[in-house]
Amino acid sequence: MTKKRDSLPAEDRVGTNGRASVPRFGHGSRVPGWDEAVDLRKDPADVPDPATVPVPPQLRAEIEAHMAKYPDHRSAVIAGLAAAQRHHGWCSPEAIDQVACVMRLTPGYLVSIATFYDMLENQPVGRHSVYVCTNISCSLCGAEELLAAMEEATADDPDFNVRHFECLGACDIAPMASVDGVYVGPISLDEVPTLLEQVREGAPVLPAKQLTQRAVAEPLAVLPKGPTTYGGRMPEEALGPPAAIEQEPIGPAEGSKQSNEKAV
Amino acid sequence: MSENPTNPSSNGRTQPLLLRGIDEEGLHTLEVYRRRGGYEALTKALDMAPGEVLEQLQASGLRGRGGAGFAIGKKASFMPEGAMDKYMVCNADESEPGAFKDRELMQKNPHQLIEGLIIAAYTVGANRAFIYIRGEYQRQADVLDAALAEAQGAGYLGERILGSGFSLTLVVHRGAGAYICGEETALLDSLEGKRGNPRIKPPFPANQGLYQGPTLINNVETLATVPHVITMGGEKYAELGTESSPGTKVVSISGNVRRPGNYEVELGTPVREIIYGLAGGPPEGREVKFFFPGGSSAPVLTAEDLDRPYDFDSMAEAGSMLGSGSVIVVDDSVPVVDVALKVAKFYEHESCGKCSPCREGTRWTRTILQRVDDGTATPMDLDIMASVQEQILGNCLCVLGDSMAMPIGSMVQKFRAEFEAHIEAARARNPFGDEEPEPPLPVVQGAAA
Repeated sequence: MTKKRDSLPAEDRVGTNGRASVPRFGHGSRVPGWDEAVDLRKDPADVPDPATVPVPPQLRAEIEAHMAKYPDHRSAVIAGLAAAQRHHGWCSPEAIDQVACVMRLTPGYLVSIATFYDMLENQPVGRHSVYVCTNISCSLCGAEELLAAMEEATADDPDFNVRHFECLGACDIAPMASVDGVYVGPISLDEVPTLLEQVREGAPVLPAKQLTQRAVAEPLAVLPKGPTTYGGRMPEEALGPPAAIEQEPIGPAEGSKQSNEKAV
Repeated sequence: MSENPTNPSSNGRTQPLLLRGIDEEGLHTLEVYRRRGGYEALTKALDMAPGEVLEQLQASGLRGRGGAGFAIGKKASFMPEGAMDKYMVCNADESEPGAFKDRELMQKNPHQLIEGLIIAAYTVGANRAFIYIRGEYQRQADVLDAALAEAQGAGYLGERILGSGFSLTLVVHRGAGAYICGEETALLDSLEGKRGNPRIKPPFPANQGLYQGPTLINNVETLATVPHVITMGGEKYAELGTESSPGTKVVSISGNVRRPGNYEVELGTPVREIIYGLAGGPPEGREVKFFFPGGSSAPVLTAEDLDRPYDFDSMAEAGSMLGSGSVIVVDDSVPVVDVALKVAKFYEHESCGKCSPCREGTRWTRTILQRVDDGTATPMDLDIMASVQEQILGNCLCVLGDSMAMPIGSMVQKFRAEFEAHIEAARARNPFGDEEPEPPLPVVQGAAA
């Protein structure tokens, strides 16, 4: 929201007195959508009546199982909303009502939770979520271009929910994305079409680049204290291959090896 | 360190503790973990009195690995004694930009964490434990859930653990994407089913935490270290690292380096050794411009600080902090304004909005930096930004705002000339800013101008 306001064209930003003017909306507010959230003519929604709110038995069982794990059942709100989101695709008013009904909370309370957490969707979204990390480490490695490429390639596909995300905790495979919960990286721009095709087909995305395939870079790397052995320049032996990724040799390397053997 | 009998070294290198054989096939299963001596520390701890375990933790000097560096022994000693509902919470909401060590530890060796958690809970007499894991770590949460079920089946969790009088239930609680929930009191609110807003302190969680009960909260890496402390003995562990920062630390290195990843180092290892020796330094032909020594919240250090030892006190002395031990390296091809803007955008997005200085301050800082980048700023804006940051520091319930103000303040301080040059260059390029004007927001007919 704020982003749009700041990037208004220059002529709109300068008022008649030559100073920057703040854009206003039809209703006089500077905040877009300030009056869209509530209808003040209505009474606040109460805890829904179980007799009038049908809840799918599966969803009810899932939420109740989460509630049973905690001393205070309210602790299960995130789990409950996440379950409803999986069921409905997003935290729709209907989904909120159902969770409210099972957990005996007001819909308003649940909306306050659903709007706080990034992974709970408050608008209908595509069923495949692609979170592209655009935080520092990833953007140093080209995450902005990756996000733009992903957005462009899925612009016409309502099945995709491509969005930028703050640090996903996988800076070692930057630039990376979490595709339906699976961490993949580093993703190069020319792999984007393959990745999206694999998501469409329901196949594992870039199997060789999934986080689970990655070994710890150097597990025996505990160094003793003491003087620095590496000066401004690194010795040659320290220039190893970038990031050890345990994987089968793929594509051309294998093929060329075989063809060589055949030739012999 | 090479003479340390419990920690034999090869090639002059100390053996790692947390990452030892981390890539072994099936380490996430109970069978393999037990074959490697897993849960022996728990057996040993349960044979001791809780007070004795606490003494070991205190002797180890183990400092919290989540960011603040508060000694676990001290924190645990603040917990009241006596029979009451006490809670143990593991903070696995690793969301500091640049940090990914907990992810590795949970995904590859979940039992190590669970064992440490049980020992810590035994020490303070907590009967309910929670692991609050960030929602994005779906795979890691699944691994933890599976490990939990295994541990439960083997009698390491539940009623009367291993025949002792100690009982513990453990729940893996998944978050849903909020950086602020890594702050301990916000985490507790989130765990109670509220929005993740930080609480006023005191009371500290050790007195009044989860569900109003005394609560011990520790980071994943801290708890994963606990079994090793018990096995080695606190004093032996304290021999590792430096005097004030004992032990080893898993360092996550990312950004402009050739071999990003997790490396376990002894605290006190020179930074140059970590960045150049382990991570391979920046790509060919580039130099380290600056680096964040402890995640994006830490004030940046420049190439001049490369020879400092990497430990809590040395980093504090350099005007920064070790934080969660996440080194982000930025090389000389990257404009400092880009990084500052990225940091500001992140904290603006993640500010929970409870305290005005942070909510407004992060927004204004981002706005000013945007202006710097757009070419609508003047050099005076840098001073305005500094005054905004001054009003954030120390004026909020938690340190999220400070975590933005400090690194950006340090960037402006160390690269002021570059900021000023950026302002001038951007102004010359485009006096009104926007390179590609977006269409104006819709204005309804008859709107007030």
